[in-house]
Amino acid sequence: MDRFTIEDLTAARTKAAAVLENPDIFHLMVCSGTGCHATGSLPVVEALRQEVAQRDLGDKVRVVETGCNGFCAAGPIMVVHPGDIFYQKLKVEDVPVIIEEHILKGKPVEKYFYKDPVSKKKIPSQDDIPFFAHQMPRALRNKGLIDPESIDDYIGRDGYRATAKALQEMSADEIIEEVKTSGLRGRGGAGFPAGMKWQFAKASPGETKFVLCNADEGDPGAFMDRSILEADPHAVLEGMIIAAKAINARQGYVYARTEYPLAIRRLGIAIEQAHERGLIGDDIMGTGFNFHVEIYQGAGAFVCGEETALMRSIEGRRGMPRPRPPFPAHKGLWEKPTILNNVETLANVPQIILNGGDWYASVGTETSKGTKVFALSGDVNNIGLLEVPMGTSLRKMIYDIGGGIPKKRKFKAVQLGGPSGGCVPEEYLDTPVDYEEIAKVGAIMGSGGAIVMDENTCMVDMARFFMDFIQDESCGKCTPCREGTRRQLELLKKICDGKGEPQDLNELESLSDVIKETALCGLGQTGPNPVLSTLRYFRHEYEAHIHEQRCPAKRCVALLKFEVNEELCTRCGMCARACPVDAVEWEKKQLARIDKEKCIECLTCYDKCKFNAID
Amino acid sequence: MSLAMRPEHADITPDMWPQIDEVIAVNRSIKGSVIAVLRQCQDVVGYLPVELMEYIASGMNLARSDVFGVASFYALFSFEPKGRHTLKVCTGTACYVKGIKEIITRICNEYDMEEGGTSPDMRFTLEPVRCLGACGLAPVMVIGADTHGDVSSDKVVDILQAYE
Ligand SMILES: Cc1cc2nc3c(=O)[nH]c(=O)nc-3n(C[C@H](O)[C@H](O)[C@H](O)COP(=O)(O)O)c2cc1C
Ligand code: FES
Repeated sequence: MDRFTIEDLTAARTKAAAVLENPDIFHLMVCSGTGCHATGSLPVVEALRQEVAQRDLGDKVRVVETGCNGFCAAGPIMVVHPGDIFYQKLKVEDVPVIIEEHILKGKPVEKYFYKDPVSKKKIPSQDDIPFFAHQMPRALRNKGLIDPESIDDYIGRDGYRATAKALQEMSADEIIEEVKTSGLRGRGGAGFPAGMKWQFAKASPGETKFVLCNADEGDPGAFMDRSILEADPHAVLEGMIIAAKAINARQGYVYARTEYPLAIRRLGIAIEQAHERGLIGDDIMGTGFNFHVEIYQGAGAFVCGEETALMRSIEGRRGMPRPRPPFPAHKGLWEKPTILNNVETLANVPQIILNGGDWYASVGTETSKGTKVFALSGDVNNIGLLEVPMGTSLRKMIYDIGGGIPKKRKFKAVQLGGPSGGCVPEEYLDTPVDYEEIAKVGAIMGSGGAIVMDENTCMVDMARFFMDFIQDESCGKCTPCREGTRRQLELLKKICDGKGEPQDLNELESLSDVIKETALCGLGQTGPNPVLSTLRYFRHEYEAHIHEQRCPAKRCVALLKFEVNEELCTRCGMCARACPVDAVEWEKKQLARIDKEKCIECLTCYDKCKFNAID
Repeated sequence: MSLAMRPEHADITPDMWPQIDEVIAVNRSIKGSVIAVLRQCQDVVGYLPVELMEYIASGMNLARSDVFGVASFYALFSFEPKGRHTLKVCTGTACYVKGIKEIITRICNEYDMEEGGTSPDMRFTLEPVRCLGACGLAPVMVIGADTHGDVSSDKVVDILQAYE
């Protein structure tokens, strides 16, 4: 393959776009993200290819494996263009029917359409499904539309045009100015303005500088960055090249979680393809600009998502944070000026360069511009990945897009920002997605994990869960984080075990204050947030554990009796059928009884009983 | 190329040594590559015996303490032999909310093992891991290259039957 000049890129774009947009063939876009892989999309792709070959439809049909479609709950998913027809939960057996009816006879197969849970109507077109209708894809603009392993597909969707523009037509200052105008803030959690960070690094003296991409995605319950890398890896690479031009760096690293093999593989392919075309490497598109990118795999330490720790880890050392200043913009990787940006932050950059900062800032709120990607999961119907304009309310995300809470249960809280964040209860669900507004209600925007919890979730147990995480991941360098979180965890465990004392809540609060003020890095400084936010909104649950030895949500095993409540039991036998070890004795129309000798306290019966009849 | 005396070790078979030497040779002159070397060597052997880390240290020309220090810091590295199948159970928030705790209890009961431990017959190692990024399928368990979603405490035993 010859190396591209800017003219070649234009020609390649026209050619690739003609394939992507060809209305005379069917484009079968099968989701091939981690979620759909697990539900069986690969055999479906295989079957489609076979069927197409057998019927000799090769020139009428394109079968494409795309990145994560976003609607993981409906996987395996296939979208057919033209027509934007959305098929869900496909199996290998369904393939011949779809080829026969839809491709050969032109009649989409209703059986596999999405069915709206409210109206009970089948919805053929992806855009009309509520999950998609309220979204605004920008960082995810190519998801489901291209083969992430094909640079041609990416080029056909305007790929590398932003790079060409930035390298050929724009000065470093102009790039920085454009990004500042866009109002783009860091999507990795802290929300620092990207343009300003770049400006500091540009102003830093030094021949050698680095651009790093943070793909560590450590917050549990977050899969935005993984999905972006799996669906559109070139967009992130372009963001890095443009950043490199802005600060004059020649080398970049992507620090990726080792738990993300598919994302790492696709990114590797993207780097290789970009290299072959001369879009990364030396003398990019004949502009004289050099920039190389390497992937660096993490090794399972949450704290390595923190910027100074991440840099130490790339240096091959124990990933411990260090105090700032000096900031990485002055002394970062190998002591050289460095910028670190999150995957999603970088994925937004090419569009900002192409369409302008004003275009980007035309959406959003006063202080939070553009869109934000969220990973919605937990007790919600439409689990998946979504991108909404800043300013969208949490309620809209959970109910209109997320389809509400399953099993007719009640909403309790949504957890934002992972172990550094907090819970937002029902009364604040109208809070808009906005860095400052979310902080006001005691949570943080965070990287985009949004975990919905229903009434069966114990908030004390959740606080314990997050503290367990923080305590385990604390690198141990500073005392407040190491010792303070250990003490907090002890207290929370004690309360969950029904041994809590009234003064424990005060101690939790005062410890939180000390840790927040004195910890060395963001891990400790934000670690007590889940405790504080659950104390703020769900103090009554803590009090029930302490004063009444009662867990209102029935999750804390030490406070449960494992006895069937005679009055509430409807004798339905659900618990007996669900018990994995046959510890529930029940006969038709008889009261169930739990044999405590056999019971392994797994809580399955509590979960299955619809009448709250197990005490 | 032999970099140092190869130590005797029951779990490092003769065909593994050339692979280990290759990893060291490729990375030897790359600054900061020790984490990648440890990861790749662990992929070859299954875990990191002390003798192997000493061998890596001398091959990479690093102090023993540097290599041990790095290896002990990162959760990915294991110093104990593992079972034939490693069950990575996700203990991320989404999986926790959806009941991973019950699944772990069930596995431990069924196969007589502890969290992080290995069953007496060396069949399974139970490794709680941080979010696997597949929260849409919660609760999630990964065995080798297979991701199992929507696991429950009764289904898990059926799933595990396929792994001898
Ligand atoms: C303990 C800790 C863990 C972090 N983990 C991540 C992470 O997984 N991904 C990420 O992008 N940022 C993470 N951050 C934030 C980074 O330090 C940094 O602010 C961010 O990557 C900068 O990029 P941005 O400005 O584009 O958001 C973490 C911070 C702390 C304190
Ligand atoms: S919390 Fe289990 S995969 Fe994310």
